[in-house]
Amino acid sequence: MENLDEKFNETIKMGLEIVKETEEDRLMTLSVGPQHPGSGHFRFTIKVDGDYIVYCDPDPGYVHRGEEKMCEYRNYIQNIPHLERPVIHDSTNITYSYSLAVEELTNIQVPLRGQYIRALASELNRQVYTLYWLGIYGIFLGHSTMFMWPLGDRELFIDLLEALTGARVTHAFNIPGGVRNDMPEGFKDRCLRQVAYFEKRLVEYEDIFYNNPLFRQRTEGVGILTKEDAIKLGVTGSVLRASGIPFDVRKAEPYDIYNEIDFKVQYMKTGDSFARSMVPFLDMRESCQIIRTLLDKMPQSGEVRAKLQPNPKGPAGESYKRVESGRGALGYYIVSDGTPKPYRVKLSVGSFRNILALPYLLIGSKLADMPSIYWSLNYWPVEADR
Amino acid sequence: MSSNQSNTQNGSEQKEKVSESVQTSLSKKTETITLEFESSIVNHLVTRFTDKVVQVVYVRPGRTKILVPPNEIVQVATFLKDTLKFDHAESVSGTDYPKDNQIEVIYHLSSYSDEKLSSHVLALSTRVDRNDSRMPTLIDVFKSTEYHERETFEMLGVYFEGHPRNERFLLPEDWADIPPLRKEFRIKGR
Repeated sequence: MENLDEKFNETIKMGLEIVKETEEDRLMTLSVGPQHPGSGHFRFTIKVDGDYIVYCDPDPGYVHRGEEKMCEYRNYIQNIPHLERPVIHDSTNITYSYSLAVEELTNIQVPLRGQYIRALASELNRQVYTLYWLGIYGIFLGHSTMFMWPLGDRELFIDLLEALTGARVTHAFNIPGGVRNDMPEGFKDRCLRQVAYFEKRLVEYEDIFYNNPLFRQRTEGVGILTKEDAIKLGVTGSVLRASGIPFDVRKAEPYDIYNEIDFKVQYMKTGDSFARSMVPFLDMRESCQIIRTLLDKMPQSGEVRAKLQPNPKGPAGESYKRVESGRGALGYYIVSDGTPKPYRVKLSVGSFRNILALPYLLIGSKLADMPSIYWSLNYWPVEADR
Repeated sequence: MSSNQSNTQNGSEQKEKVSESVQTSLSKKTETITLEFESSIVNHLVTRFTDKVVQVVYVRPGRTKILVPPNEIVQVATFLKDTLKFDHAESVSGTDYPKDNQIEVIYHLSSYSDEKLSSHVLALSTRVDRNDSRMPTLIDVFKSTEYHERETFEMLGVYFEGHPRNERFLLPEDWADIPPLRKEFRIKGR
Protein backbone atom coordinates (compact mmCIF):
# COMPACT_ATOMS: atom_id res chain seq x y z
CA MET A 1 0.00 0.00 0.00
CA GLU A 2 2.78 2.42 0.93
CA ASN A 3 4.47 1.73 -2.36
CA LEU A 4 1.32 2.53 -4.25
CA ASP A 5 0.86 5.75 -2.30
CA GLU A 6 4.37 6.81 -3.09
CA LYS A 7 3.82 6.07 -6.74
CA PHE A 8 0.59 8.02 -6.69
CA ASN A 9 2.27 11.00 -5.04
CA GLU A 10 5.09 10.93 -7.54
CA THR A 11 2.68 10.91 -10.45
CA ILE A 12 0.83 13.88 -8.99
CA LYS A 13 4.11 15.68 -8.46
CA MET A 14 5.17 15.06 -12.05
CA GLY A 15 1.82 16.23 -13.28
CA LEU A 16 2.06 19.40 -11.25
CA GLU A 17 5.51 20.06 -12.62
CA ILE A 18 4.21 19.79 -16.15
CA VAL A 19 1.31 22.14 -15.53
CA LYS A 20 3.31 24.56 -13.41
CA GLU A 21 3.42 27.93 -15.03
CA THR A 22 6.90 29.35 -15.50
CA GLU A 23 7.78 32.99 -16.04
CA GLU A 24 8.27 32.28 -19.75
CA ASP A 25 4.76 30.84 -20.12
CA ARG A 26 3.20 34.12 -19.25
CA LEU A 27 4.83 35.80 -22.22
CA MET A 28 3.53 35.85 -25.75
CA THR A 29 5.88 36.59 -28.61
CA LEU A 30 4.59 38.79 -31.40
CA SER A 31 6.28 39.49 -34.67
CA VAL A 32 5.45 42.98 -35.89
CA GLY A 33 6.16 43.42 -39.57
CA PRO A 34 7.57 43.40 -42.19
CA GLN A 35 4.16 42.97 -43.80
CA HIS A 36 2.35 44.57 -40.92
CA PRO A 37 0.73 47.76 -42.15
CA GLY A 38 1.90 49.63 -39.09
CA SER A 39 5.61 49.12 -39.36
CA GLY A 40 6.67 49.81 -42.90
CA HIS A 41 9.39 47.56 -44.28
CA PHE A 42 10.62 46.80 -40.84
CA ARG A 43 10.20 43.96 -38.41
CA PHE A 44 10.57 43.84 -34.70
CA THR A 45 9.86 41.06 -32.27
CA ILE A 46 8.16 41.90 -29.02
CA LYS A 47 7.15 39.83 -26.02
CA VAL A 48 4.11 40.86 -24.07
CA ASP A 49 3.17 40.02 -20.52
CA GLY A 50 -0.55 40.68 -20.57
CA ASP A 51 -0.82 44.22 -21.82
CA TYR A 52 2.78 45.22 -21.26
CA ILE A 53 5.77 44.87 -23.54
CA VAL A 54 8.70 43.24 -21.76
CA TYR A 55 11.07 42.58 -24.65
CA CYS A 56 11.75 44.14 -28.00
CA ASP A 57 14.27 43.22 -30.66
CA PRO A 58 14.42 45.29 -33.86
CA ASP A 59 15.23 43.35 -37.01
CA PRO A 60 15.79 45.79 -39.87
CA GLY A 61 17.28 44.93 -43.23
CA TYR A 62 14.29 43.97 -45.37
CA VAL A 63 15.06 46.78 -47.79
CA HIS A 64 18.84 46.71 -47.55
CA ARG A 65 20.21 47.48 -51.00
CA GLY A 66 23.89 47.95 -50.36
CA GLU A 67 23.97 51.63 -51.25
CA GLU A 68 27.42 51.98 -49.70
CA LYS A 69 28.84 49.19 -51.84
CA MET A 70 27.15 50.51 -54.99
CA CYS A 71 28.85 53.87 -54.47
CA GLU A 72 32.25 52.26 -54.90
CA TYR A 73 31.43 51.27 -58.48
CA ARG A 74 30.25 54.64 -59.77
CA ASN A 75 31.82 58.04 -60.02
CA TYR A 76 30.82 61.00 -57.90
CA ILE A 77 28.14 62.23 -60.29
CA GLN A 78 26.70 58.83 -61.16
CA ASN A 79 26.14 58.18 -57.48
CA ILE A 80 23.54 60.92 -57.07
CA PRO A 81 20.38 59.25 -58.45
CA HIS A 82 20.76 55.98 -56.53
CA LEU A 83 21.68 57.73 -53.30
CA GLU A 84 18.21 59.29 -53.29
CA ARG A 85 16.50 55.90 -53.11
CA PRO A 86 16.80 55.35 -49.36
CA VAL A 87 14.44 58.23 -48.70
CA ILE A 88 12.76 59.47 -51.84
CA HIS A 89 10.47 61.81 -49.90
CA ASP A 90 13.48 63.73 -48.69
CA SER A 91 15.69 63.26 -51.71
CA THR A 92 17.15 66.76 -51.70
CA ASN A 93 18.46 66.45 -48.19
CA ILE A 94 20.01 63.03 -48.63
CA THR A 95 22.05 64.29 -51.58
CA TYR A 96 22.82 67.59 -49.86
CA SER A 97 25.46 66.34 -47.47
CA TYR A 98 26.82 64.08 -50.19
CA SER A 99 27.35 67.14 -52.37
CA LEU A 100 28.97 69.01 -49.49
CA ALA A 101 31.38 66.16 -48.83
CA VAL A 102 32.30 65.76 -52.51
CA GLU A 103 32.80 69.51 -52.81
CA GLU A 104 35.27 69.40 -49.96
CA LEU A 105 37.13 66.46 -51.47
CA THR A 106 37.32 67.89 -54.98
CA ASN A 107 37.66 71.50 -53.83
CA ILE A 108 34.68 72.96 -55.67
CA GLN A 109 33.28 76.37 -54.69
CA VAL A 110 29.52 76.78 -54.99
CA PRO A 111 28.15 80.09 -56.35
CA LEU A 112 26.05 82.07 -53.87
CA ARG A 113 22.79 81.80 -55.78
CA GLY A 114 23.33 78.06 -56.07
CA GLN A 115 23.71 77.82 -52.30
CA TYR A 116 20.46 79.70 -51.76
CA ILE A 117 18.52 77.59 -54.25
CA ARG A 118 19.62 74.33 -52.76
CA ALA A 119 18.87 75.50 -49.26
CA LEU A 120 15.41 76.47 -50.52
CA ALA A 121 14.92 73.09 -52.19
CA SER A 122 15.98 71.31 -49.03
CA GLU A 123 13.51 73.32 -46.93
CA LEU A 124 10.68 72.55 -49.35
CA ASN A 125 11.62 68.90 -49.38
CA ARG A 126 11.71 68.73 -45.61
CA GLN A 127 8.10 69.94 -45.64
CA VAL A 128 7.21 67.17 -48.11
CA TYR A 129 8.81 64.54 -45.90
CA THR A 130 7.35 65.83 -42.65
CA LEU A 131 3.85 66.02 -44.16
CA TYR A 132 4.12 62.46 -45.38
CA TRP A 133 5.28 61.31 -41.97
CA LEU A 134 2.49 63.26 -40.28
CA GLY A 135 -0.07 61.60 -42.56
CA ILE A 136 1.14 58.15 -41.59
CA TYR A 137 1.30 59.09 -37.94
CA GLY A 138 -2.28 60.31 -38.13
CA ILE A 139 -3.69 57.22 -39.80
CA PHE A 140 -2.01 54.83 -37.39
CA LEU A 141 -3.52 56.64 -34.48
CA GLY A 142 -6.87 56.23 -36.19
CA HIS A 143 -7.25 59.83 -37.27
CA SER A 144 -8.07 59.57 -40.95
CA THR A 145 -8.49 63.32 -41.47
CA MET A 146 -4.89 63.72 -40.44
CA PHE A 147 -4.01 61.31 -43.21
CA MET A 148 -5.96 63.14 -45.92
CA TRP A 149 -4.98 66.69 -45.08
CA PRO A 150 -1.19 66.42 -44.96
CA LEU A 151 -1.09 64.23 -48.06
CA GLY A 152 -3.24 66.76 -49.85
CA ASP A 153 -1.16 69.73 -48.77
CA ARG A 154 2.00 67.81 -49.60
CA GLU A 155 0.99 68.15 -53.23
CA LEU A 156 1.53 71.91 -52.95
CA PHE A 157 5.17 71.44 -52.17
CA ILE A 158 5.54 68.63 -54.65
CA ASP A 159 4.19 70.93 -57.35
CA LEU A 160 6.64 73.62 -56.30
CA LEU A 161 9.52 71.18 -56.42
CA GLU A 162 8.32 69.87 -59.77
CA ALA A 163 8.43 73.39 -61.16
CA LEU A 164 11.88 73.89 -59.66
CA THR A 165 13.54 70.58 -60.46
CA GLY A 166 11.46 68.90 -63.15
CA ALA A 167 10.57 65.81 -61.12
CA ARG A 168 7.90 65.19 -58.53
CA VAL A 169 9.69 63.09 -55.95
CA THR A 170 13.20 62.01 -56.92
CA HIS A 171 14.77 65.23 -58.10
CA ALA A 172 18.52 64.55 -58.41
CA PHE A 173 18.69 68.30 -58.05
CA ASN A 174 21.71 68.73 -55.79
CA ILE A 175 24.99 68.07 -57.46
CA PRO A 176 28.52 68.79 -56.30
CA GLY A 177 29.00 72.41 -57.28
CA GLY A 178 25.44 73.66 -56.87
CA VAL A 179 22.09 72.76 -58.33
CA ARG A 180 21.13 71.43 -61.73
CA ASN A 181 19.14 74.42 -62.97
CA ASP A 182 17.94 77.89 -62.03
CA MET A 183 14.49 78.74 -60.69
CA PRO A 184 11.74 79.13 -63.29
CA GLU A 185 10.13 82.49 -63.87
CA GLY A 186 7.54 83.55 -61.34
CA PHE A 187 8.64 80.86 -58.89
CA LYS A 188 9.15 83.27 -56.03
CA ASP A 189 5.58 84.60 -56.10
CA ARG A 190 4.13 81.14 -56.43
CA CYS A 191 6.24 79.88 -53.57
CA LEU A 192 5.26 82.76 -51.30
CA ARG A 193 1.57 82.30 -52.12
CA GLN A 194 1.59 78.61 -51.34
CA VAL A 195 3.61 79.00 -48.17
CA ALA A 196 1.13 81.62 -46.95
CA TYR A 197 -1.72 79.20 -47.63
CA PHE A 198 0.13 76.39 -45.89
CA GLU A 199 0.67 78.47 -42.78
CA LYS A 200 -3.09 78.90 -42.48
CA ARG A 201 -3.47 75.17 -42.83
CA LEU A 202 -1.00 74.57 -40.04
CA VAL A 203 -3.32 76.40 -37.66
CA GLU A 204 -6.09 74.03 -38.69
CA TYR A 205 -3.80 71.03 -38.16
CA GLU A 206 -3.20 72.19 -34.65
CA ASP A 207 -6.91 72.53 -33.97
CA ILE A 208 -8.03 69.22 -35.38
CA PHE A 209 -5.09 67.03 -34.42
CA TYR A 210 -2.73 68.42 -31.83
CA ASN A 211 -5.45 69.91 -29.67
CA ASN A 212 -7.62 66.84 -30.01
CA PRO A 213 -8.16 65.39 -26.50
CA LEU A 214 -8.10 61.83 -27.88
CA PHE A 215 -4.76 62.38 -29.53
CA ARG A 216 -3.38 63.97 -26.41
CA GLN A 217 -4.54 61.08 -24.25
CA ARG A 218 -2.78 58.62 -26.50
CA THR A 219 0.50 60.48 -26.65
CA GLU A 220 1.01 62.59 -23.54
CA GLY A 221 3.21 60.88 -20.99
CA VAL A 222 3.70 57.91 -23.31
CA GLY A 223 7.21 56.65 -24.03
CA ILE A 224 9.20 59.25 -22.16
CA LEU A 225 12.80 59.64 -23.25
CA THR A 226 14.74 61.67 -20.71
CA LYS A 227 17.40 64.17 -21.67
CA GLU A 228 20.21 62.04 -20.24
CA ASP A 229 19.06 58.94 -22.09
CA ALA A 230 18.65 60.86 -25.34
CA ILE A 231 22.28 61.91 -25.10
CA LYS A 232 23.41 58.43 -24.12
CA LEU A 233 21.56 56.77 -26.99
CA GLY A 234 22.82 59.39 -29.42
CA VAL A 235 19.42 60.02 -31.00
CA THR A 236 19.00 62.90 -33.38
CA GLY A 237 16.52 65.22 -35.04
CA SER A 238 13.04 65.67 -33.65
CA VAL A 239 13.52 62.82 -31.15
CA LEU A 240 16.46 64.64 -29.62
CA ARG A 241 14.82 68.05 -29.68
CA ALA A 242 11.68 66.65 -28.04
CA SER A 243 13.83 65.61 -25.08
CA GLY A 244 14.95 69.14 -24.36
CA ILE A 245 18.18 69.45 -26.34
CA PRO A 246 18.06 72.30 -28.86
CA PHE A 247 20.45 70.73 -31.35
CA ASP A 248 20.00 71.40 -35.03
CA VAL A 249 22.84 70.99 -37.52
CA ARG A 250 21.67 74.11 -39.33
CA LYS A 251 22.42 76.05 -36.15
CA ALA A 252 25.20 74.01 -34.59
CA GLU A 253 27.33 73.78 -37.70
CA PRO A 254 25.80 76.05 -40.37
CA TYR A 255 26.46 74.84 -43.90
CA ASP A 256 26.16 76.92 -47.08
CA ILE A 257 24.25 80.12 -46.21
CA TYR A 258 22.47 78.97 -43.07
CA ASN A 259 24.62 81.21 -40.87
CA GLU A 260 22.90 84.19 -42.52
CA ILE A 261 19.40 82.88 -41.87
CA ASP A 262 17.80 83.86 -38.63
CA PHE A 263 15.63 81.13 -37.13
CA LYS A 264 14.91 79.50 -33.81
CA VAL A 265 15.61 75.87 -33.04
CA GLN A 266 12.29 74.33 -32.03
CA TYR A 267 12.39 72.02 -29.06
CA MET A 268 10.26 70.71 -26.20
CA LYS A 269 11.16 69.40 -22.80
CA THR A 270 8.72 66.62 -21.98
CA GLY A 271 10.29 63.90 -24.15
CA ASP A 272 7.04 61.95 -24.63
CA SER A 273 5.32 60.88 -27.84
CA PHE A 274 3.40 64.14 -27.90
CA ALA A 275 6.58 66.20 -27.87
CA ARG A 276 8.11 64.00 -30.55
CA SER A 277 5.10 64.56 -32.78
CA MET A 278 4.88 68.26 -31.98
CA VAL A 279 8.50 69.15 -32.76
CA PRO A 280 8.29 68.30 -36.50
CA PHE A 281 5.12 70.39 -36.63
CA LEU A 282 6.91 73.35 -35.05
CA ASP A 283 9.77 72.76 -37.47
CA MET A 284 7.35 73.03 -40.38
CA ARG A 285 6.12 76.37 -39.13
CA GLU A 286 9.68 77.63 -38.66
CA SER A 287 10.60 76.29 -42.07
CA CYS A 288 7.93 78.48 -43.70
CA GLN A 289 9.73 81.47 -42.22
CA ILE A 290 13.09 80.18 -43.45
CA ILE A 291 11.71 79.78 -46.97
CA ARG A 292 10.56 83.42 -46.91
CA THR A 293 13.95 84.64 -45.70
CA LEU A 294 15.76 82.57 -48.33
CA LEU A 295 13.61 83.97 -51.12
CA ASP A 296 14.10 87.45 -49.77
CA LYS A 297 17.88 87.35 -49.39
CA MET A 298 18.60 85.41 -52.56
CA PRO A 299 20.73 87.23 -55.11
CA GLN A 300 18.57 88.09 -58.11
CA SER A 301 20.91 86.70 -60.70
CA GLY A 302 24.11 84.75 -61.00
CA GLU A 303 25.46 81.30 -61.60
CA VAL A 304 23.73 78.40 -59.89
CA ARG A 305 26.49 75.86 -60.23
CA ALA A 306 30.21 75.69 -60.66
CA LYS A 307 31.55 74.29 -63.87
CA LEU A 308 32.69 70.75 -63.28
CA GLN A 309 35.27 68.66 -65.01
CA PRO A 310 33.81 65.66 -66.85
CA ASN A 311 34.97 63.28 -64.13
CA PRO A 312 35.57 65.31 -61.00
CA LYS A 313 38.24 63.98 -58.69
CA GLY A 314 40.43 65.34 -55.96
CA PRO A 315 43.48 64.31 -54.01
CA ALA A 316 43.31 61.32 -51.69
CA GLY A 317 41.65 62.23 -48.44
CA GLU A 318 38.43 62.01 -46.54
CA SER A 319 35.49 64.15 -45.57
CA TYR A 320 32.65 63.97 -43.09
CA LYS A 321 29.76 66.35 -43.71
CA ARG A 322 26.31 66.51 -42.21
CA VAL A 323 23.08 68.38 -42.78
CA GLU A 324 19.77 68.54 -40.94
CA SER A 325 17.29 66.32 -42.75
CA GLY A 326 13.67 65.57 -41.90
CA ARG A 327 14.87 62.83 -39.56
CA GLY A 328 17.82 64.60 -38.01
CA ALA A 329 21.50 64.83 -38.76
CA LEU A 330 22.42 63.09 -41.99
CA GLY A 331 26.14 62.55 -42.36
CA TYR A 332 28.30 61.29 -45.17
CA TYR A 333 31.76 59.93 -44.59
CA ILE A 334 33.58 59.67 -47.91
CA VAL A 335 37.10 58.34 -48.40
CA SER A 336 38.76 59.20 -51.68
CA ASP A 337 41.85 57.49 -53.07
CA GLY A 338 42.40 60.09 -55.76
CA THR A 339 40.33 58.37 -58.44
CA PRO A 340 36.96 59.63 -59.76
CA LYS A 341 35.19 56.88 -57.82
CA PRO A 342 34.90 57.05 -54.03
CA TYR A 343 36.90 54.45 -52.15
CA ARG A 344 34.37 54.18 -49.36
CA VAL A 345 31.07 55.91 -48.66
CA LYS A 346 29.31 55.65 -45.34
CA LEU A 347 25.90 57.11 -44.64
CA SER A 348 25.12 57.97 -41.07
CA VAL A 349 21.38 58.44 -41.18
CA GLY A 350 18.97 59.66 -38.54
CA SER A 351 16.67 56.66 -38.79
CA PHE A 352 19.42 54.20 -38.03
CA ARG A 353 20.47 56.20 -35.00
CA ASN A 354 16.96 56.72 -33.64
CA ILE A 355 16.00 53.06 -33.80
CA LEU A 356 18.24 52.41 -30.79
CA ALA A 357 15.60 54.20 -28.74
CA LEU A 358 12.80 51.84 -29.83
CA PRO A 359 13.50 48.88 -27.50
CA TYR A 360 14.32 51.36 -24.79
CA LEU A 361 10.94 53.11 -25.08
CA LEU A 362 8.78 50.08 -25.83
CA ILE A 363 9.89 47.93 -22.92
CA GLY A 364 7.57 48.69 -20.05
CA SER A 365 4.89 50.40 -22.07
CA LYS A 366 1.51 49.07 -23.16
CA LEU A 367 1.01 47.21 -26.42
CA ALA A 368 -1.64 49.73 -27.41
CA ASP A 369 0.94 52.52 -27.16
CA MET A 370 3.24 50.83 -29.65
CA PRO A 371 2.06 52.72 -32.78
CA SER A 372 2.24 56.09 -31.10
CA ILE A 373 5.77 55.40 -29.89
CA TYR A 374 7.06 53.73 -33.03
CA TRP A 375 5.88 56.41 -35.44
CA SER A 376 6.89 59.25 -33.17
CA LEU A 377 10.49 58.15 -33.64
CA ASN A 378 10.36 59.61 -37.14
CA TYR A 379 11.72 56.36 -38.49
CA TRP A 380 12.07 55.64 -42.18
CA PRO A 381 12.92 51.93 -42.61
CA VAL A 382 14.33 52.24 -46.12
CA GLU A 383 16.73 54.92 -45.02
CA ALA A 384 17.90 52.93 -42.02
CA ASP A 385 18.57 49.85 -44.14
CA ARG A 386 20.26 51.76 -46.96
CA MET B 1 48.00 62.06 -12.60
CA SER B 2 51.71 61.27 -12.40
CA SER B 3 51.85 60.44 -16.09
CA ASN B 4 50.06 63.70 -16.74
CA GLN B 5 52.76 65.76 -15.05
CA SER B 6 55.65 63.95 -16.64
CA ASN B 7 54.18 64.55 -20.05
CA THR B 8 53.50 68.27 -19.79
CA GLN B 9 56.85 69.26 -21.15
CA ASN B 10 56.52 66.72 -23.90
CA GLY B 11 53.10 68.08 -24.67
CA SER B 12 54.20 71.65 -25.26
CA GLU B 13 56.65 70.41 -27.85
CA GLN B 14 53.94 68.46 -29.55
CA LYS B 15 51.70 71.49 -29.52
CA GLU B 16 53.96 73.10 -32.08
CA LYS B 17 54.07 69.92 -34.10
CA VAL B 18 50.31 69.77 -34.23
CA SER B 19 49.86 73.35 -35.36
CA GLU B 20 52.39 72.73 -38.08
CA SER B 21 50.60 69.69 -39.38
CA VAL B 22 47.34 71.59 -39.80
CA GLN B 23 45.86 71.12 -43.24
CA THR B 24 42.99 73.20 -44.44
CA SER B 25 41.48 74.35 -47.67
CA LEU B 26 39.56 77.26 -46.21
CA SER B 27 40.55 80.89 -46.17
CA LYS B 28 43.17 82.06 -43.69
CA LYS B 29 40.78 84.14 -41.65
CA THR B 30 38.61 81.26 -40.48
CA GLU B 31 41.67 79.11 -40.01
CA THR B 32 43.11 81.21 -37.24
CA ILE B 33 39.80 81.65 -35.48
CA THR B 34 38.55 78.09 -35.43
CA LEU B 35 41.63 75.94 -35.37
CA GLU B 36 42.79 77.06 -31.94
CA PHE B 37 39.97 75.11 -30.40
CA GLU B 38 40.60 72.00 -32.49
CA SER B 39 44.31 72.05 -31.70
CA SER B 40 43.57 72.40 -28.01
CA ILE B 41 41.54 69.18 -28.08
CA VAL B 42 44.31 67.34 -29.86
CA ASN B 43 46.99 68.73 -27.59
CA HIS B 44 44.97 67.67 -24.59
CA LEU B 45 44.93 64.13 -25.96
CA VAL B 46 48.60 64.03 -26.83
CA THR B 47 49.49 65.42 -23.42
CA ARG B 48 47.44 62.82 -21.60
CA PHE B 49 48.60 59.93 -23.72
CA THR B 50 51.92 59.86 -25.51
CA ASP B 51 52.19 60.37 -29.23
CA LYS B 52 52.91 56.68 -29.53
CA VAL B 53 49.35 56.01 -28.48
CA VAL B 54 47.55 58.93 -30.09
CA GLN B 55 48.63 59.82 -33.61
CA VAL B 56 47.07 62.94 -35.06
CA VAL B 57 45.99 62.28 -38.65
CA TYR B 58 44.61 65.74 -39.43
CA VAL B 59 43.20 68.86 -37.84
CA ARG B 60 40.69 70.86 -39.87
CA PRO B 61 37.97 73.34 -38.96
CA GLY B 62 35.43 71.35 -37.01
CA ARG B 63 37.06 68.02 -37.79
CA THR B 64 39.92 66.16 -36.22
CA LYS B 65 41.06 62.62 -36.69
CA ILE B 66 43.25 60.56 -34.45
CA LEU B 67 44.59 57.05 -34.82
CA VAL B 68 45.07 54.81 -31.81
CA PRO B 69 46.06 51.16 -31.46
CA PRO B 70 43.10 48.79 -30.85
CA ASN B 71 44.22 47.75 -27.37
CA GLU B 72 44.26 51.39 -26.17
CA ILE B 73 40.99 52.51 -27.76
CA VAL B 74 38.80 51.97 -24.69
CA GLN B 75 41.12 54.06 -22.56
CA VAL B 76 41.23 56.88 -25.09
CA ALA B 77 37.46 56.76 -25.58
CA THR B 78 36.87 56.91 -21.83
CA PHE B 79 39.10 59.97 -21.62
CA LEU B 80 37.26 61.57 -24.55
CA LYS B 81 33.97 61.01 -22.80
CA ASP B 82 34.86 61.89 -19.22
CA THR B 83 37.30 64.75 -19.69
CA LEU B 84 36.63 66.19 -23.15
CA LYS B 85 32.82 65.72 -22.97
CA PHE B 86 32.27 63.88 -26.23
CA ASP B 87 29.05 62.09 -25.36
CA HIS B 88 27.79 60.13 -28.37
CA ALA B 89 28.87 58.45 -31.58
CA GLU B 90 27.29 59.65 -34.81
CA SER B 91 28.57 56.81 -36.87
CA VAL B 92 30.87 53.83 -36.79
CA SER B 93 32.29 52.76 -40.09
CA GLY B 94 34.99 50.53 -41.40
CA THR B 95 37.23 50.88 -44.41
CA ASP B 96 39.04 47.96 -45.93
CA TYR B 97 42.67 48.44 -47.00
CA PRO B 98 43.80 45.18 -48.60
CA LYS B 99 47.14 46.73 -49.62
CA ASP B 100 48.07 47.37 -45.98
CA ASN B 101 46.33 44.16 -44.93
CA GLN B 102 44.34 46.24 -42.45
CA ILE B 103 40.81 47.37 -41.74
CA GLU B 104 40.29 50.83 -40.35
CA VAL B 105 37.41 51.30 -37.93
CA ILE B 106 36.34 54.92 -37.46
CA TYR B 107 34.11 56.29 -34.71
CA HIS B 108 32.73 59.74 -35.42
CA LEU B 109 32.15 61.30 -32.02
CA SER B 110 30.34 64.48 -31.18
CA SER B 111 28.68 66.16 -28.24
CA TYR B 112 25.23 67.37 -27.30
CA SER B 113 25.96 68.41 -23.75
CA ASP B 114 28.86 70.75 -24.53
CA GLU B 115 27.78 73.57 -26.81
CA LYS B 116 31.29 74.41 -27.91
CA LEU B 117 31.75 70.88 -29.19
CA SER B 118 28.45 70.65 -31.07
CA SER B 119 30.02 71.87 -34.31
CA HIS B 120 32.89 69.48 -33.88
CA VAL B 121 33.22 65.87 -34.99
CA LEU B 122 36.17 63.88 -33.78
CA ALA B 123 37.09 60.79 -35.74
CA LEU B 124 38.56 58.19 -33.44
CA SER B 125 40.09 55.54 -35.63
CA THR B 126 41.98 52.35 -35.17
CA ARG B 127 43.46 49.79 -37.51
CA VAL B 128 43.06 46.06 -37.03
CA ASP B 129 44.71 43.16 -38.77
CA ARG B 130 42.65 42.02 -41.73
CA ASN B 131 43.14 38.30 -41.10
CA ASP B 132 42.41 38.47 -37.38
CA SER B 133 40.10 41.45 -37.21
CA ARG B 134 39.04 41.84 -33.62
CA MET B 135 39.01 44.78 -31.29
CA PRO B 136 37.35 45.71 -27.99
CA THR B 137 33.86 47.17 -28.17
CA LEU B 138 33.16 50.74 -27.12
CA ILE B 139 29.58 49.95 -26.12
CA ASP B 140 30.36 50.43 -22.43
CA VAL B 141 31.70 53.91 -23.11
CA PHE B 142 29.32 55.02 -25.85
CA LYS B 143 26.03 53.16 -25.74
CA SER B 144 25.11 54.77 -29.05
CA THR B 145 27.60 52.58 -30.91
CA GLU B 146 25.58 49.41 -30.32
CA TYR B 147 23.88 48.99 -33.70
CA HIS B 148 26.65 50.69 -35.63
CA GLU B 149 29.15 48.16 -34.33
CA ARG B 150 26.82 45.32 -35.23
CA GLU B 151 26.62 46.71 -38.73
CA THR B 152 30.41 46.99 -38.96
CA PHE B 153 30.68 43.40 -37.78
CA GLU B 154 28.50 42.01 -40.54
CA MET B 155 29.68 44.36 -43.29
CA LEU B 156 33.42 44.10 -42.65
CA GLY B 157 33.83 41.11 -40.38
CA VAL B 158 35.34 43.03 -37.47
CA TYR B 159 34.62 41.13 -34.27
CA PHE B 160 33.93 43.45 -31.34
CA GLU B 161 35.07 41.68 -28.19
CA GLY B 162 32.64 42.27 -25.35
CA HIS B 163 29.76 43.32 -27.58
CA PRO B 164 26.66 41.39 -26.46
CA ARG B 165 25.56 40.61 -29.99
CA ASN B 166 28.03 40.24 -32.83
CA GLU B 167 25.19 39.13 -35.04
CA ARG B 168 23.63 39.82 -38.38
CA PHE B 169 21.59 42.99 -38.53
CA LEU B 170 20.88 44.28 -42.03
CA LEU B 171 21.98 41.35 -44.19
CA PRO B 172 19.59 38.46 -44.91
CA GLU B 173 19.49 35.60 -42.43
CA ASP B 174 20.80 33.15 -45.02
CA TRP B 175 23.73 35.28 -46.08
CA ALA B 176 26.56 32.83 -46.82
CA ASP B 177 29.33 34.92 -48.29
CA ILE B 178 32.21 37.05 -47.12
CA PRO B 179 31.42 40.40 -45.47
CA PRO B 180 30.22 42.54 -48.39
CA LEU B 181 32.13 45.73 -47.72
CA ARG B 182 35.46 43.97 -47.94
CA LYS B 183 37.14 44.85 -51.19
CA GLU B 184 37.37 41.30 -52.51
CA PHE B 185 33.59 41.01 -52.47
CA ARG B 186 32.47 41.98 -55.96
CA ILE B 187 28.96 42.79 -57.11
CA LYS B 188 27.93 40.19 -59.65
CA GLY B 189 28.72 41.20 -63.20
CA ARG B 190 30.93 44.11 -62.21
